[in-house]
Amino acid sequence: MSKEWPLWEIFIRGQHGLSHRHVGSLHAPDAETAVKNARDVYTRRSEGVSIWVVEARHITATAPGDKGPIFEPSESKVYRHPTFYDIPDDVGHM
Amino acid sequence: MYAQMVKSTGEGVKTLDEMAPEERAFQEKVDQDIRIEPRDWMPEGYRKTLIRQIGQHAHSEIVGQLPEGNWITRAPTLERKMILLAKVQDEAGHGLYLYSAAETLGVSRDEMTEMLLSGKMKYSSIFNYPTLTWADIGAVGWLVDGAAIMNQVPLQRTSYGPYSRAMVRICKEESFHQRQGYDIMMKMAQGSEAQKRMAQDALNRFWYPSLMMFGPSDANSVHSEQSLAWKIKINTNDELRQKFVDQTVPQAEYLGLSVPDDTLAWNEDKGGYDYSEPDWDEFFDVLKGAGPANHDRLDARKQAWDDGAWVRDGLLAHSEKKHGAKVAAE
Ligand SMILES: [Fe+2]
Ligand SMILES: [Fe+2]
Repeated sequence: MSKEWPLWEIFIRGQHGLSHRHVGSLHAPDAETAVKNARDVYTRRSEGVSIWVVEARHITATAPGDKGPIFEPSESKVYRHPTFYDIPDDVGHM
Repeated sequence: MYAQMVKSTGEGVKTLDEMAPEERAFQEKVDQDIRIEPRDWMPEGYRKTLIRQIGQHAHSEIVGQLPEGNWITRAPTLERKMILLAKVQDEAGHGLYLYSAAETLGVSRDEMTEMLLSGKMKYSSIFNYPTLTWADIGAVGWLVDGAAIMNQVPLQRTSYGPYSRAMVRICKEESFHQRQGYDIMMKMAQGSEAQKRMAQDALNRFWYPSLMMFGPSDANSVHSEQSLAWKIKINTNDELRQKFVDQTVPQAEYLGLSVPDDTLAWNEDKGGYDYSEPDWDEFFDVLKGAGPANHDRLDARKQAWDDGAWVRDGLLAHSEKKHGAKVAAE
């Protein structure tokens, strides 16, 4: 078996000015081809106006086991949400 | 289905009490509909069964292009040709989404291809039937994509994150496939006598193979019990087949075509149709490789793989050379 093409992660920005979003991955020999293939695989129905490709091995991720220490601290900080504050109806929309 | 007769561990489903803590935590997540992601702990049997199932599904999407690709150059109008091209291109995409999902489980895409070509991995039995007339393209979209949708819609809720996300994308694209097939059938069924006969003949030939897509009854299968517990299977084969029959019979009536089953009758009590089982011996023969088109399909895949080798190698060599030149210039 010959050598396999590297894996690329594909990010696409949709029509409405939102951020690029991860949509999937594909194999390609180089970045330019990855962009071309991403166009064919992930934007056949006008799903995007911009494509980013990143070789999968360049992505650093949090480990599933670290979920607690990394994400739990924010759970107790309810005062970061607007619903934490009771504003009387008389004040009007805020 | 696109994945048929997928074997799991072959052992009975364990109770939560019988599980080690890791496995219990895993099963509790599945029970609560929390998705399992690639780097999460998972039982080895879950990983292996999923590779088999997703891989078989991916192969089916790719091999499934062949019977339809057969008609691209012979589509009756330019519009039909463009539609069929778009549909077949979608199926290539479906194959790619699914290969990517399987790769997150630690198998490479090339390994999966090699396993397909060596016969170690299967694809759906349905694609071993030939498409003899243009009406067959209508019947494939209507019945084969219709049966696939039956199975894929519930799988959007499957426990494995990448598989579920692939299913969401695929389902968005599938309904066009079924509708374009039915559209072809309507044209044929409302056409000349010869066209009507062609439409009826296509239904006659594709009806039972479509019912086979769901696989034989798995009411008492340990494999399917385990897959249901892991939520990589959401319904039993019989449930899905019944739904398919109930949905399809009125559509055939609308076309003025008759389903080739003398025993077909509405059963008020169960709120569904009674129907005849397909010939399961034929199904097993086709799975073993004795279907009318098994050889053609695998030969076509082998040829594409072998003939494409120099392109894959050449593009990689070119990319390495370019990269080398860039590094040297820095
Ligand atoms: Fe598909
Ligand atoms: Fe399809």
